[in-house]
Amino acid sequence: MKTPYKRKQYWNEPTLSLWERAYLPEILRGLGITSIVFLRNMTRWISGKKGALTTYYPEETRFDYAPLNRGKHVLTQRPDGKPQCIACNMCATVCPAKVIEIEAGFDPSDVAHPKYPIRFEIDYSRCVFCGLCVEACPEDAIRMAKETPGLPAEDRWQMWLTLEEMLSWKPQGDVAKPYPAAGAKKIGGAE
Amino acid sequence: MTQDLLVYVVFIAYAVGMLMTFGTVLTWVERKQAAVMSDRIGANRAYVRIPFTQIKLVWWGLFHGIADGIKMLMKEDFKPRTYDSLGYALAPWVVFSPVLLVFAVIPFGGMLDPGRLFPSLAEWFGGRTYPMQIAQLDAGLLIVFAFSGLTIIGAMLAGWSSDNKFSLLGGLRAGSQMISYELVMGLTVLGLILIFGSIDLGAMVRQQSGIVLGFLPAWGVVYQPFAAVLFLTAAIAENKRIPFDLPEAESELIAGYYTEYSAMKMGLFMFAEFIEIAIVGALFTTLFLGGYNLPYMNDAGFTLPGGITIAMSHGAVVLTQIVAFLVKVMLVCSFQILVRWSLPRFRYDQVLKFAWKFMLPLALVNLCVTAVLVWSHQGAAL
Repeated sequence: MKTPYKRKQYWNEPTLSLWERAYLPEILRGLGITSIVFLRNMTRWISGKKGALTTYYPEETRFDYAPLNRGKHVLTQRPDGKPQCIACNMCATVCPAKVIEIEAGFDPSDVAHPKYPIRFEIDYSRCVFCGLCVEACPEDAIRMAKETPGLPAEDRWQMWLTLEEMLSWKPQGDVAKPYPAAGAKKIGGAE
Repeated sequence: MTQDLLVYVVFIAYAVGMLMTFGTVLTWVERKQAAVMSDRIGANRAYVRIPFTQIKLVWWGLFHGIADGIKMLMKEDFKPRTYDSLGYALAPWVVFSPVLLVFAVIPFGGMLDPGRLFPSLAEWFGGRTYPMQIAQLDAGLLIVFAFSGLTIIGAMLAGWSSDNKFSLLGGLRAGSQMISYELVMGLTVLGLILIFGSIDLGAMVRQQSGIVLGFLPAWGVVYQPFAAVLFLTAAIAENKRIPFDLPEAESELIAGYYTEYSAMKMGLFMFAEFIEIAIVGALFTTLFLGGYNLPYMNDAGFTLPGGITIAMSHGAVVLTQIVAFLVKVMLVCSFQILVRWSLPRFRYDQVLKFAWKFMLPLALVNLCVTAVLVWSHQGAAL
Protein backbone atom coordinates (compact mmCIF):
# COMPACT_ATOMS: atom_id res chain seq x y z
CA MET A 1 0.00 0.00 0.00
CA LYS A 2 1.21 3.41 -0.84
CA THR A 3 1.88 5.53 2.20
CA PRO A 4 0.33 8.97 2.06
CA TYR A 5 2.72 11.84 1.56
CA LYS A 6 3.77 13.26 4.87
CA ARG A 7 4.94 16.82 4.83
CA LYS A 8 8.35 17.24 6.29
CA GLN A 9 8.48 19.54 9.25
CA TYR A 10 11.31 22.00 9.32
CA TRP A 11 10.62 23.38 12.77
CA ASN A 12 10.93 21.97 16.22
CA GLU A 13 7.84 21.13 18.15
CA PRO A 14 7.63 23.18 21.30
CA THR A 15 8.95 20.93 24.00
CA LEU A 16 7.90 22.61 27.19
CA SER A 17 7.65 20.33 30.15
CA LEU A 18 4.81 20.60 32.60
CA TRP A 19 7.13 22.44 34.97
CA GLU A 20 7.95 25.01 32.34
CA ARG A 21 4.34 25.41 31.35
CA ALA A 22 3.44 26.18 34.97
CA TYR A 23 4.99 29.56 34.13
CA LEU A 24 5.59 30.85 37.63
CA PRO A 25 8.70 28.77 38.50
CA GLU A 26 10.34 29.70 35.21
CA ILE A 27 9.49 33.35 35.78
CA LEU A 28 11.08 33.17 39.20
CA ARG A 29 14.14 31.50 37.68
CA GLY A 30 14.46 34.30 35.13
CA LEU A 31 14.13 36.94 37.83
CA GLY A 32 16.76 35.07 39.80
CA ILE A 33 19.20 35.13 36.90
CA THR A 34 18.79 38.85 36.30
CA SER A 35 19.01 39.71 39.98
CA ILE A 36 22.15 37.58 40.38
CA VAL A 37 23.74 39.46 37.49
CA PHE A 38 22.62 42.72 39.06
CA LEU A 39 24.07 41.85 42.45
CA ARG A 40 27.33 40.60 40.92
CA ASN A 41 27.82 43.79 38.91
CA MET A 42 26.75 45.93 41.84
CA THR A 43 29.30 44.36 44.18
CA ARG A 44 31.93 45.01 41.53
CA TRP A 45 30.95 48.66 41.25
CA ILE A 46 30.86 49.09 45.02
CA SER A 47 34.24 47.43 45.52
CA GLY A 48 35.77 49.88 43.06
CA LYS A 49 35.97 47.58 40.06
CA LYS A 50 34.15 48.09 36.80
CA GLY A 51 30.94 46.09 36.65
CA ALA A 52 30.26 46.60 32.96
CA LEU A 53 31.63 45.49 29.64
CA THR A 54 31.27 48.95 28.16
CA THR A 55 34.25 51.20 27.56
CA TYR A 56 33.78 54.89 28.24
CA TYR A 57 34.34 55.68 24.60
CA PRO A 58 36.26 58.91 24.12
CA GLU A 59 38.13 58.57 27.40
CA GLU A 60 38.98 54.89 27.05
CA THR A 61 39.93 52.95 23.97
CA ARG A 62 39.35 49.27 23.63
CA PHE A 63 42.32 46.96 23.97
CA ASP A 64 41.74 45.68 20.45
CA TYR A 65 41.68 49.17 18.98
CA ALA A 66 43.42 48.88 15.59
CA PRO A 67 46.99 50.19 15.85
CA LEU A 68 46.83 51.36 12.24
CA ASN A 69 43.54 53.14 12.70
CA ARG A 70 43.23 56.18 10.45
CA GLY A 71 42.27 58.82 12.98
CA LYS A 72 43.04 62.49 13.21
CA HIS A 73 45.44 64.18 10.81
CA VAL A 74 48.87 65.19 11.99
CA LEU A 75 51.30 67.47 10.14
CA THR A 76 54.89 66.42 10.59
CA GLN A 77 57.39 69.05 11.59
CA ARG A 78 60.96 69.99 10.91
CA PRO A 79 63.23 70.31 13.92
CA ASP A 80 62.60 74.04 13.98
CA GLY A 81 58.89 73.39 14.41
CA LYS A 82 57.78 74.49 10.98
CA PRO A 83 55.48 72.15 9.07
CA GLN A 84 57.12 69.78 6.64
CA CYS A 85 54.39 70.59 4.15
CA ILE A 86 55.46 72.32 0.96
CA ALA A 87 51.95 73.30 -0.08
CA CYS A 88 52.07 71.23 -3.27
CA ASN A 89 48.31 70.64 -3.10
CA MET A 90 48.65 66.93 -3.96
CA CYS A 91 46.61 65.85 -0.96
CA ALA A 92 43.94 68.43 -1.78
CA THR A 93 43.85 67.13 -5.35
CA VAL A 94 43.56 63.47 -4.45
CA CYS A 95 41.07 63.99 -1.68
CA PRO A 96 37.79 62.33 -2.77
CA ALA A 97 35.71 64.44 -0.42
CA LYS A 98 37.53 67.64 -1.35
CA VAL A 99 37.88 68.74 2.21
CA ILE A 100 41.50 69.99 2.26
CA GLU A 101 42.15 73.65 1.62
CA ILE A 102 45.71 74.92 1.38
CA GLU A 103 46.88 78.46 0.89
CA ALA A 104 50.55 78.57 -0.10
CA GLY A 105 53.03 81.17 1.06
CA PHE A 106 56.59 82.11 -0.06
CA ASP A 107 59.50 82.29 2.33
CA PRO A 108 62.74 83.28 0.51
CA SER A 109 64.79 82.83 3.67
CA ASP A 110 64.28 79.03 3.65
CA VAL A 111 66.15 78.14 0.51
CA ALA A 112 65.42 74.43 0.58
CA HIS A 113 61.67 74.82 0.99
CA PRO A 114 60.57 78.29 0.00
CA LYS A 115 56.93 77.29 -0.41
CA TYR A 116 55.00 76.67 2.82
CA PRO A 117 51.32 76.59 3.85
CA ILE A 118 49.85 79.73 5.37
CA ARG A 119 46.51 78.05 5.77
CA PHE A 120 46.03 74.26 5.90
CA GLU A 121 42.49 73.34 6.81
CA ILE A 122 40.47 70.16 6.80
CA ASP A 123 36.70 70.09 7.04
CA TYR A 124 36.05 67.22 9.44
CA SER A 125 32.33 67.34 8.86
CA ARG A 126 32.97 65.90 5.39
CA CYS A 127 36.26 63.98 5.74
CA VAL A 128 35.85 60.27 4.98
CA PHE A 129 39.13 59.20 6.64
CA CYS A 130 40.26 57.29 3.55
CA GLY A 131 43.92 58.11 4.06
CA LEU A 132 44.58 59.01 0.43
CA CYS A 133 46.13 62.34 1.46
CA VAL A 134 48.73 60.41 3.43
CA GLU A 135 49.41 58.18 0.42
CA ALA A 136 49.69 61.13 -1.95
CA CYS A 137 52.03 63.29 0.09
CA PRO A 138 55.51 63.34 -1.48
CA GLU A 139 57.10 64.89 1.60
CA ASP A 140 55.58 62.61 4.29
CA ALA A 141 54.17 65.82 5.70
CA ILE A 142 50.71 64.54 6.61
CA ARG A 143 49.97 61.44 8.61
CA MET A 144 47.05 60.04 10.44
CA ALA A 145 47.32 59.30 14.13
CA LYS A 146 45.62 56.34 15.78
CA GLU A 147 43.50 58.54 18.01
CA THR A 148 40.10 59.61 16.79
CA PRO A 149 39.43 63.33 16.47
CA GLY A 150 37.06 65.06 18.85
CA LEU A 151 34.39 65.44 16.22
CA PRO A 152 31.26 66.64 18.04
CA ALA A 153 30.84 70.39 17.79
CA GLU A 154 28.11 72.97 18.13
CA ASP A 155 27.94 73.67 14.41
CA ARG A 156 29.72 72.63 11.23
CA TRP A 157 31.99 75.70 11.15
CA GLN A 158 33.62 74.53 14.32
CA MET A 159 34.52 71.26 12.66
CA TRP A 160 37.18 72.85 10.50
CA LEU A 161 40.61 71.74 11.56
CA THR A 162 43.30 74.42 11.40
CA LEU A 163 47.02 74.29 10.84
CA GLU A 164 47.82 75.09 14.46
CA GLU A 165 45.69 72.22 15.69
CA MET A 166 47.25 69.75 13.32
CA LEU A 167 50.67 70.86 14.46
CA SER A 168 49.80 70.83 18.13
CA TRP A 169 48.33 67.33 18.03
CA LYS A 170 51.79 65.95 17.66
CA PRO A 171 52.64 62.71 19.25
CA GLN A 172 56.10 64.29 19.25
CA GLY A 173 58.18 61.15 18.82
CA ASP A 174 56.31 60.24 15.67
CA VAL A 175 56.18 63.61 14.04
CA ALA A 176 59.59 65.19 14.61
CA LYS A 177 61.90 64.17 11.81
CA PRO A 178 65.62 64.64 11.49
CA TYR A 179 66.35 67.54 9.21
CA PRO A 180 68.56 66.48 6.33
CA ALA A 181 72.06 67.85 6.67
CA ALA A 182 72.81 70.98 4.61
CA GLY A 183 75.16 69.30 2.18
CA ALA A 184 73.29 66.04 1.86
CA LYS A 185 73.47 64.74 -1.67
CA LYS A 186 71.44 61.63 -1.48
CA ILE A 187 67.76 62.40 -1.23
CA GLY A 188 65.65 59.30 -0.80
CA GLY A 189 68.40 57.14 -2.27
CA ALA A 190 69.94 54.02 -0.87
CA GLU A 191 72.85 54.35 1.52
CA MET B 1 -6.27 74.40 65.41
CA THR B 2 -3.29 76.31 64.07
CA GLN B 3 -1.09 73.52 65.34
CA ASP B 4 -3.07 70.94 63.37
CA LEU B 5 -2.86 73.10 60.29
CA LEU B 6 0.89 73.47 60.63
CA VAL B 7 1.46 69.74 61.14
CA TYR B 8 -0.71 68.74 58.20
CA VAL B 9 0.88 71.31 55.91
CA VAL B 10 4.22 69.80 56.82
CA PHE B 11 2.85 66.30 56.16
CA ILE B 12 1.44 67.30 52.78
CA ALA B 13 4.66 69.05 51.79
CA TYR B 14 6.59 65.96 52.80
CA ALA B 15 4.29 63.61 50.86
CA VAL B 16 4.29 65.69 47.68
CA GLY B 17 8.02 66.27 47.91
CA MET B 18 8.65 62.58 48.49
CA LEU B 19 6.50 61.52 45.54
CA MET B 20 8.09 64.06 43.20
CA THR B 21 11.54 62.98 44.32
CA PHE B 22 10.62 59.36 43.79
CA GLY B 23 9.25 60.22 40.36
CA THR B 24 12.47 61.86 39.22
CA VAL B 25 14.87 59.54 40.97
CA LEU B 26 13.08 56.43 39.73
CA THR B 27 13.70 57.43 36.12
CA TRP B 28 17.38 57.39 36.95
CA VAL B 29 17.15 54.22 39.05
CA GLU B 30 15.34 52.46 36.22
CA ARG B 31 18.04 53.34 33.73
CA LYS B 32 20.90 52.54 36.03
CA GLN B 33 19.43 49.27 37.29
CA ALA B 34 18.67 48.14 33.77
CA ALA B 35 22.22 49.00 32.79
CA VAL B 36 23.79 47.14 35.69
CA MET B 37 21.55 44.14 35.04
CA SER B 38 22.78 43.95 31.47
CA ASP B 39 26.51 44.63 32.02
CA ARG B 40 26.27 48.22 30.86
CA ILE B 41 27.11 51.51 32.53
CA GLY B 42 23.94 53.47 32.00
CA ALA B 43 23.33 57.19 32.05
CA ASN B 44 26.60 58.87 32.95
CA ARG B 45 27.06 62.04 30.91
CA ALA B 46 24.71 64.81 32.06
CA TYR B 47 26.34 67.14 34.55
CA VAL B 48 25.70 70.32 36.45
CA ARG B 49 28.53 72.82 36.27
CA ILE B 50 28.95 74.97 39.35
CA PRO B 51 28.68 78.56 38.06
CA PHE B 52 31.93 80.45 37.48
CA THR B 53 33.98 77.30 37.94
CA GLN B 54 34.93 74.37 35.78
CA ILE B 55 33.75 71.88 38.41
CA LYS B 56 31.29 69.53 36.79
CA LEU B 57 29.09 67.41 39.02
CA VAL B 58 28.24 64.19 37.25
CA TRP B 59 27.14 62.12 40.26
CA TRP B 60 26.68 58.89 38.33
CA GLY B 61 24.36 60.55 35.84
CA LEU B 62 21.83 61.59 38.47
CA PHE B 63 21.09 64.77 36.55
CA HIS B 64 19.77 62.97 33.49
CA GLY B 65 16.30 63.18 34.99
CA ILE B 66 16.59 66.96 35.20
CA ALA B 67 17.92 67.09 31.66
CA ASP B 68 14.92 65.06 30.52
CA GLY B 69 12.52 67.36 32.34
CA ILE B 70 14.07 70.48 30.81
CA LYS B 71 14.02 68.85 27.38
CA MET B 72 10.32 68.06 27.72
CA LEU B 73 9.50 71.58 28.87
CA MET B 74 11.36 73.13 25.95
CA LYS B 75 9.91 70.91 23.23
CA GLU B 76 7.22 71.97 20.85
CA ASP B 77 3.80 71.20 22.27
CA PHE B 78 2.31 69.64 19.18
CA LYS B 79 -1.48 69.44 19.16
CA PRO B 80 -3.42 67.21 16.80
CA ARG B 81 -6.44 68.71 15.06
CA THR B 82 -8.98 66.92 17.22
CA TYR B 83 -12.63 67.67 17.84
CA ASP B 84 -12.21 67.07 21.56
CA SER B 85 -9.45 69.49 22.48
CA LEU B 86 -10.76 69.89 26.04
CA GLY B 87 -10.53 66.17 26.71
CA TYR B 88 -7.15 66.11 25.05
CA ALA B 89 -5.84 68.85 27.34
CA LEU B 90 -7.48 67.34 30.41
CA ALA B 91 -6.38 63.72 30.06
CA PRO B 92 -2.78 64.02 31.35
CA TRP B 93 -4.05 65.75 34.47
CA VAL B 94 -6.77 63.17 35.01
CA VAL B 95 -4.01 60.55 34.95
CA PHE B 96 -1.56 62.53 37.01
CA SER B 97 -3.49 64.07 39.90
CA PRO B 98 -5.26 60.97 41.33
CA VAL B 99 -1.89 59.28 41.53
CA LEU B 100 -0.71 61.99 43.90
CA LEU B 101 -3.95 61.91 45.92
CA VAL B 102 -3.67 58.18 46.69
CA PHE B 103 -0.79 58.89 49.01
CA ALA B 104 -3.05 60.93 51.32
CA VAL B 105 -4.29 57.82 53.11
CA ILE B 106 -1.00 55.94 53.31
CA PRO B 107 0.74 56.18 56.69
CA PHE B 108 4.41 56.95 56.27
CA GLY B 109 5.39 56.89 59.94
CA GLY B 110 4.14 56.13 63.43
CA MET B 111 2.80 58.50 66.04
CA LEU B 112 4.34 61.95 65.96
CA ASP B 113 4.47 64.00 69.16
CA PRO B 114 5.70 67.45 68.13
CA GLY B 115 5.88 68.55 71.77
CA ARG B 116 8.49 65.93 72.53
CA LEU B 117 10.31 66.56 69.28
CA PHE B 118 10.64 70.31 69.90
CA PRO B 119 10.51 70.88 73.69
CA SER B 120 10.32 74.65 73.19
CA LEU B 121 7.01 74.21 71.39
CA ALA B 122 5.63 71.65 73.88
CA GLU B 123 3.35 74.18 75.56
CA TRP B 124 1.90 75.39 72.29
CA PHE B 125 1.12 71.87 71.10
CA GLY B 126 -0.30 70.92 74.49
CA GLY B 127 0.43 67.19 74.28
CA ARG B 128 -1.31 66.61 70.96
CA THR B 129 -0.08 63.68 68.93
CA TYR B 130 -0.50 63.05 65.23
CA PRO B 131 -0.23 59.79 63.33
CA MET B 132 2.00 60.42 60.33
CA GLN B 133 -0.67 60.10 57.70
CA ILE B 134 -2.32 62.97 55.86
CA ALA B 135 -5.90 61.76 56.16
CA GLN B 136 -6.92 59.21 58.79
CA LEU B 137 -9.95 58.09 56.88
CA ASP B 138 -11.95 55.02 57.86
CA ALA B 139 -12.38 54.34 54.16
CA GLY B 140 -8.65 54.31 53.46
CA LEU B 141 -8.47 51.39 51.05
CA LEU B 142 -11.63 52.46 49.29
CA ILE B 143 -10.04 55.85 48.62
CA VAL B 144 -7.03 54.09 47.13
CA PHE B 145 -9.18 52.08 44.76
CA ALA B 146 -11.40 55.02 43.92
CA PHE B 147 -8.48 57.22 42.90
CA SER B 148 -6.58 54.53 41.06
CA GLY B 149 -9.84 53.86 39.22
CA LEU B 150 -9.83 57.46 38.04
CA THR B 151 -6.60 56.95 36.13
CA ILE B 152 -8.47 54.50 33.88
CA ILE B 153 -10.71 57.37 32.83
CA GLY B 154 -7.65 59.48 32.07
CA ALA B 155 -6.08 56.79 29.91
CA MET B 156 -9.31 56.17 28.00
CA LEU B 157 -9.94 59.90 27.61
CA ALA B 158 -6.47 60.35 26.17
CA GLY B 159 -7.02 57.49 23.76
CA TRP B 160 -10.38 58.78 22.64
CA SER B 161 -9.66 62.49 22.35
CA SER B 162 -6.39 62.08 20.44
CA ASP B 163 -8.35 61.21 17.30
CA ASN B 164 -5.83 58.58 16.29
CA LYS B 165 -6.36 54.89 15.63
CA PHE B 166 -3.36 53.81 17.63
CA SER B 167 -4.41 55.99 20.54
CA LEU B 168 -7.92 54.62 20.42
CA LEU B 169 -6.66 51.04 20.42
CA GLY B 170 -4.32 51.86 23.28
CA GLY B 171 -7.12 53.49 25.23
CA LEU B 172 -9.35 50.45 24.70
CA ARG B 173 -6.63 48.11 25.83
CA ALA B 174 -5.83 50.28 28.83
CA GLY B 175 -9.46 50.36 29.86
CA SER B 176 -10.12 46.64 29.64
CA GLN B 177 -6.80 45.67 31.18
CA MET B 178 -6.95 48.07 34.09
CA ILE B 179 -10.53 47.22 34.95
CA SER B 180 -9.73 43.50 34.89
CA TYR B 181 -6.72 43.82 37.12
CA GLU B 182 -8.38 46.22 39.51
CA LEU B 183 -10.86 43.44 40.27
CA VAL B 184 -8.02 41.07 41.10
CA MET B 185 -6.34 43.74 43.20
CA GLY B 186 -9.49 44.32 45.20
CA LEU B 187 -10.06 40.61 45.78
CA THR B 188 -6.51 40.02 47.00
CA VAL B 189 -6.83 42.83 49.50
CA LEU B 190 -10.15 41.46 50.82
CA GLY B 191 -8.26 38.69 52.62
CA LEU B 192 -6.25 41.27 54.52
CA ILE B 193 -9.38 43.18 55.40
CA LEU B 194 -10.83 39.98 56.88
CA ILE B 195 -7.72 39.44 58.97
CA PHE B 196 -7.18 42.98 60.20
CA GLY B 197 -10.87 43.80 60.43
CA SER B 198 -10.39 47.31 59.10
CA ILE B 199 -9.88 49.20 55.90
CA ASP B 200 -8.17 52.13 57.54
CA LEU B 201 -4.58 51.81 56.38
CA GLY B 202 -3.24 53.34 59.60
CA ALA B 203 -5.07 50.74 61.71
CA MET B 204 -3.87 47.98 59.39
CA VAL B 205 -0.26 49.03 59.79
CA ARG B 206 -0.57 49.33 63.56
CA GLN B 207 -1.76 45.71 63.69
CA GLN B 208 1.36 44.61 61.80
CA SER B 209 3.77 45.76 64.51
CA GLY B 210 3.91 42.58 66.59
CA ILE B 211 5.55 39.20 66.22
CA VAL B 212 3.82 35.97 65.20
CA LEU B 213 4.97 32.40 65.82
CA GLY B 214 7.72 33.75 68.03
CA PHE B 215 10.06 35.02 65.36
CA LEU B 216 8.22 36.23 62.28
CA PRO B 217 7.19 39.88 62.06
CA ALA B 218 3.41 40.15 61.95
CA TRP B 219 3.44 41.57 58.46
CA GLY B 220 0.71 41.04 55.92
CA VAL B 221 3.01 38.98 53.75
CA VAL B 222 3.26 36.40 56.55
CA TYR B 223 -0.51 36.12 56.87
CA GLN B 224 -1.19 36.32 53.14
CA PRO B 225 1.88 35.29 51.13
CA PHE B 226 -0.26 34.21 48.23
CA ALA B 227 -2.21 37.43 48.13
CA ALA B 228 1.04 39.40 48.24
CA VAL B 229 2.25 37.83 44.98
CA LEU B 230 -1.13 38.28 43.32
CA PHE B 231 -1.42 41.86 44.54
CA LEU B 232 2.00 42.84 43.26
CA THR B 233 1.33 41.22 39.88
CA ALA B 234 -2.03 42.93 39.57
CA ALA B 235 -0.54 46.23 40.67
CA ILE B 236 2.16 46.05 38.01
CA ALA B 237 -0.51 45.24 35.45
CA GLU B 238 -2.60 48.11 36.75
CA ASN B 239 0.37 50.41 36.29
CA LYS B 240 0.76 49.11 32.70
CA ARG B 241 4.41 48.19 33.10
CA ILE B 242 6.30 45.87 30.91
CA PRO B 243 5.08 42.36 31.14
CA PHE B 244 1.64 43.99 30.86
CA ASP B 245 2.40 47.15 28.88
CA LEU B 246 -0.03 46.31 26.10
CA PRO B 247 -1.75 49.73 26.11
CA GLU B 248 1.52 51.32 25.04
CA ALA B 249 3.23 48.44 23.24
CA GLU B 250 5.73 50.25 21.06
CA SER B 251 6.01 47.58 18.39
CA GLU B 252 2.26 47.49 17.82
CA LEU B 253 0.81 50.84 18.87
CA ILE B 254 3.68 53.36 18.68
CA ALA B 255 3.06 54.73 22.16
CA GLY B 256 -0.53 53.62 22.72
CA TYR B 257 -2.93 56.11 24.18
CA TYR B 258 -0.34 58.89 24.38
CA THR B 259 0.89 58.66 20.82
CA GLU B 260 -0.43 62.14 20.04
CA TYR B 261 0.99 63.76 23.15
CA SER B 262 4.23 65.65 23.08
CA ALA B 263 6.37 67.82 25.32
CA MET B 264 5.33 68.08 28.95
CA LYS B 265 1.91 66.50 28.39
CA MET B 266 3.66 63.32 27.42
CA GLY B 267 6.04 63.97 30.30
CA LEU B 268 3.10 64.04 32.68
CA PHE B 269 2.06 60.56 31.55
CA MET B 270 5.58 59.29 32.08
CA PHE B 271 5.88 61.09 35.41
CA ALA B 272 2.54 59.67 36.54
CA GLU B 273 3.76 56.19 35.64
CA PHE B 274 6.91 56.61 37.69
CA ILE B 275 5.05 58.08 40.65
CA GLU B 276 2.65 55.19 40.41
CA ILE B 277 5.58 52.81 40.79
CA ALA B 278 6.30 54.55 44.08
CA ILE B 279 2.60 54.43 45.01
CA VAL B 280 2.44 50.70 44.28
CA GLY B 281 5.56 50.31 46.38
CA ALA B 282 4.03 52.32 49.22
CA LEU B 283 0.75 50.37 49.05
CA PHE B 284 2.53 47.03 49.00
CA THR B 285 4.71 48.15 51.91
CA THR B 286 1.69 49.33 53.86
CA LEU B 287 -0.45 46.28 53.25
CA PHE B 288 2.09 43.46 53.20
CA LEU B 289 5.43 44.65 54.55
CA GLY B 290 4.30 46.23 57.79
CA GLY B 291 4.52 49.84 56.66
CA TYR B 292 6.94 51.78 58.83
CA ASN B 293 7.31 48.91 61.33
CA LEU B 294 10.58 47.13 61.84
CA PRO B 295 10.69 43.77 63.62
CA TYR B 296 11.03 44.07 67.39
CA MET B 297 10.49 47.80 67.22
CA ASN B 298 7.91 49.81 69.13
CA ASP B 299 7.39 53.45 70.00
CA ALA B 300 10.01 53.37 72.75
CA GLY B 301 12.78 51.64 70.83
CA PHE B 302 13.78 48.07 70.08
CA THR B 303 12.82 45.13 72.28
CA LEU B 304 14.98 42.21 71.19
CA PRO B 305 13.90 38.61 71.92
CA GLY B 306 16.48 38.06 74.66
CA GLY B 307 14.74 40.65 76.80
CA ILE B 308 17.22 43.30 75.77
CA THR B 309 15.72 46.71 75.20
CA ILE B 310 17.34 49.54 73.32
CA ALA B 311 15.72 52.79 74.30
CA MET B 312 15.49 55.46 71.62
CA SER B 313 14.47 59.07 71.84
CA HIS B 314 11.24 60.10 70.16
CA GLY B 315 13.06 61.88 67.35
CA ALA B 316 15.17 58.79 66.62
CA VAL B 317 12.07 56.59 66.55
CA VAL B 318 10.26 58.92 64.16
CA LEU B 319 13.30 59.12 61.92
CA THR B 320 13.80 55.35 61.95
CA GLN B 321 10.17 54.77 61.03
CA ILE B 322 10.26 57.25 58.15
CA VAL B 323 13.52 55.82 56.84
CA ALA B 324 12.27 52.23 57.24
CA PHE B 325 9.18 53.10 55.19
CA LEU B 326 11.23 54.79 52.47
CA VAL B 327 13.71 51.91 52.27
CA LYS B 328 10.92 49.36 51.96
CA VAL B 329 9.21 51.42 49.27
CA MET B 330 12.48 51.73 47.39
CA LEU B 331 13.06 47.98 47.56
CA VAL B 332 9.61 47.24 46.15
CA CYS B 333 10.18 49.82 43.41
CA SER B 334 13.49 48.18 42.62
CA PHE B 335 11.75 44.81 42.40
CA GLN B 336 9.24 46.25 39.95
CA ILE B 337 12.09 47.54 37.82
CA LEU B 338 13.71 44.11 38.00
CA VAL B 339 10.48 42.56 36.70
CA ARG B 340 10.25 45.15 33.96
CA TRP B 341 13.71 44.39 32.63
CA SER B 342 13.48 40.59 32.98
CA LEU B 343 10.19 39.48 31.58
CA PRO B 344 8.96 39.65 27.99
CA ARG B 345 5.64 41.22 27.11
CA PHE B 346 2.46 39.15 27.01
CA ARG B 347 0.24 38.89 24.01
CA TYR B 348 -2.95 40.88 24.46
CA ASP B 349 -5.31 37.92 24.74
CA GLN B 350 -2.88 36.34 27.18
CA VAL B 351 -3.04 39.38 29.43
CA LEU B 352 -6.80 39.24 29.77
CA LYS B 353 -6.81 35.44 29.99
CA PHE B 354 -4.22 35.70 32.73
CA ALA B 355 -6.43 38.11 34.65
CA TRP B 356 -9.76 36.33 34.31
CA LYS B 357 -8.83 32.66 34.07
CA PHE B 358 -5.77 32.51 36.31
CA MET B 359 -5.52 35.36 38.79
CA LEU B 360 -9.21 35.88 39.51
CA PRO B 361 -9.85 32.22 40.50
CA LEU B 362 -6.67 32.16 42.55
CA ALA B 363 -7.68 35.34 44.35
CA LEU B 364 -11.12 33.87 45.02
CA VAL B 365 -9.62 30.65 46.36
CA ASN B 366 -7.28 32.68 48.54
CA LEU B 367 -10.21 34.69 49.82
CA CYS B 368 -12.26 31.57 50.62
CA VAL B 369 -9.41 29.86 52.46
CA THR B 370 -8.71 33.04 54.41
CA ALA B 371 -12.36 33.40 55.31
CA VAL B 372 -12.55 29.81 56.56
CA LEU B 373 -9.35 30.19 58.59
CA VAL B 374 -10.42 33.50 60.09
CA TRP B 375 -13.81 32.04 60.94
CA SER B 376 -12.29 28.98 62.57
CA HIS B 377 -9.94 31.14 64.65
CA GLN B 378 -12.36 33.81 65.71
CA GLY B 379 -15.40 31.57 65.77
CA ALA B 380 -13.60 29.32 68.23
CA ALA B 381 -12.89 32.29 70.44
CA LEU B 382 -16.46 33.50 70.44
